[in-house]
Amino acid sequence: MEKPGFFKDRIMPVAVIVAALVVIWYIAAVFLNAPFERDTAARAGTPITFSEILPKTMFQERPVLPAPHQVIAEIWDTTFNKAVTSKRSLVYHAWITLSATLVGFGIGTVLGILLAIGIVHNRAMDRSLMPWVIASQTIPILAIAPMIIVVLNAVGISGLLPKALISTYLSFFPIVVGMVKGLRSPETIQLDLMHTYYASASQTFWKLRWPSSMPYLFTSLKVAIAISLVGAIVGELPTGAVAGLGARLLAGSYYGQTVQIWSALFMAAALAATLVIIVGLAHTAVLKRMGMKP
Amino acid sequence: MTTTPASVVSARDLGLTFQTNDGPVNALTGVNLDVRKGDFVSFIGPSGCGKTTFLRVIADLEQATAGSITVNGVTPHEARQNRSYGYVFQAAALYPWRTIEKNIALPLEIMGYSAAEQKERIDRTLDLVNLTGFGKKFPWQLSGGMQQRASIARALAFDADLLLMDEPFGALDEIVRDHLNEQLLKLWERTNKTICFVTHSIPEAVYLSTKIVVMSPRPGRVTDVIESTLPRERPLDIRETPEFLEIASRVREGLRAGHSYDE
Repeated sequence: MEKPGFFKDRIMPVAVIVAALVVIWYIAAVFLNAPFERDTAARAGTPITFSEILPKTMFQERPVLPAPHQVIAEIWDTTFNKAVTSKRSLVYHAWITLSATLVGFGIGTVLGILLAIGIVHNRAMDRSLMPWVIASQTIPILAIAPMIIVVLNAVGISGLLPKALISTYLSFFPIVVGMVKGLRSPETIQLDLMHTYYASASQTFWKLRWPSSMPYLFTSLKVAIAISLVGAIVGELPTGAVAGLGARLLAGSYYGQTVQIWSALFMAAALAATLVIIVGLAHTAVLKRMGMKP
Repeated sequence: MTTTPASVVSARDLGLTFQTNDGPVNALTGVNLDVRKGDFVSFIGPSGCGKTTFLRVIADLEQATAGSITVNGVTPHEARQNRSYGYVFQAAALYPWRTIEKNIALPLEIMGYSAAEQKERIDRTLDLVNLTGFGKKFPWQLSGGMQQRASIARALAFDADLLLMDEPFGALDEIVRDHLNEQLLKLWERTNKTICFVTHSIPEAVYLSTKIVVMSPRPGRVTDVIESTLPRERPLDIRETPEFLEIASRVREGLRAGHSYDE
């Protein structure tokens, strides 16, 4: 049997999909950008052929759909050719968003874990809190984000924290749900064992419930960090687009800078992927330390 | 009600009724039993006869609804508070994120033993169950029989004179089971513990016990208590002696008398 190689098993499938997407993207770019060229030619009264249109659709200033190389060039330019402190630098904007994401994620994680502990240990909290936790997520974040910004601004809190709190609003939810399940995951026999030792509730928590919940916690953290980023971006939209990836998206749409929008989107996606990978690595490391079967 | 000091477990007219959605279920009725210090008592009977429930009442994992029971002369709750028994479950119930020695340390940590004493007790109990050298392994690296031995070591690690065992070898194959039964007898001899042992294997009950409690279901009750006449020293081939077979047949009769095979 052939030995499975890293290239064949891991790189190839991804590369094929990416290549296919790029091809589809180029085709779509041609068809979506062609009408503009035709209109321009018609207004000028000069006839234009498809072979003349084709190259022009690749290099428009404000294309409906920018071609992949335009987006890549823009990302390269705004990432490496600008000082990171410059407002034209994508790294600068990404950092603004990332810092709000991380603060919000941190608060959301702590809040989520505390709520889960309360729900698991207190019957009244279980009955009264869980419906509210679920209801909180039925409100569209786009509707509530401006309220949070405005209300906090009125009491003198602005800048990073309001955005972070929108991240928190989204990220605490998967943590609560995952941790309630995780803290309840010990088997009856494992709980009975603690009972026979006359263990206190806190001993049972630290020696049984908490370690049992680790796989659930990390699964929740992966979801939470990704939506924390979404929360931070959404939080940047109603602030008047000062800085951050959300601001780049908003400014781009004001001025029809589709290339800028797409490059901000790709930066956000790359950031999300990186964050999820980091949480995944932490997950593997913790489970390894806990001696889990590989 | 009289409780002599030598009586470790003493039950009088003990009853337990579970309230279920299908109405009350009589798990135990009118159980009278005395377990003396140093006894090895087996509880045998078909499933549903309440043998595990009785063990759980001793351990304060269930509460009796009628009659009375004392463990070491006090209520089961106080006995549990005093950490006066070790419990071995049907499954090993080792915590997968702890190594074997950390699993044995679990009750010691909870009961507040010093680090030095924990170490000494881990070594001693690992030796007692023949697992010396396996302390650093994680549970999944051990066979089922070894895992169950580790769980016995965990129950022996602290100073409880009473060992409650709920079909500890039920999930193991017969060869491993024979071996563990032999080891358990040696361990009982060496530690002078009082053991209550739930099983549904007649040879296992007869081979291990000084006293066999035969139970029958619907409602769960004791139908016979047999004092074993076998010597304390028991090689495995004692199971072919006429004396052994005689006790085994009395157990079988007791089980039959409980109509347990009619349905």
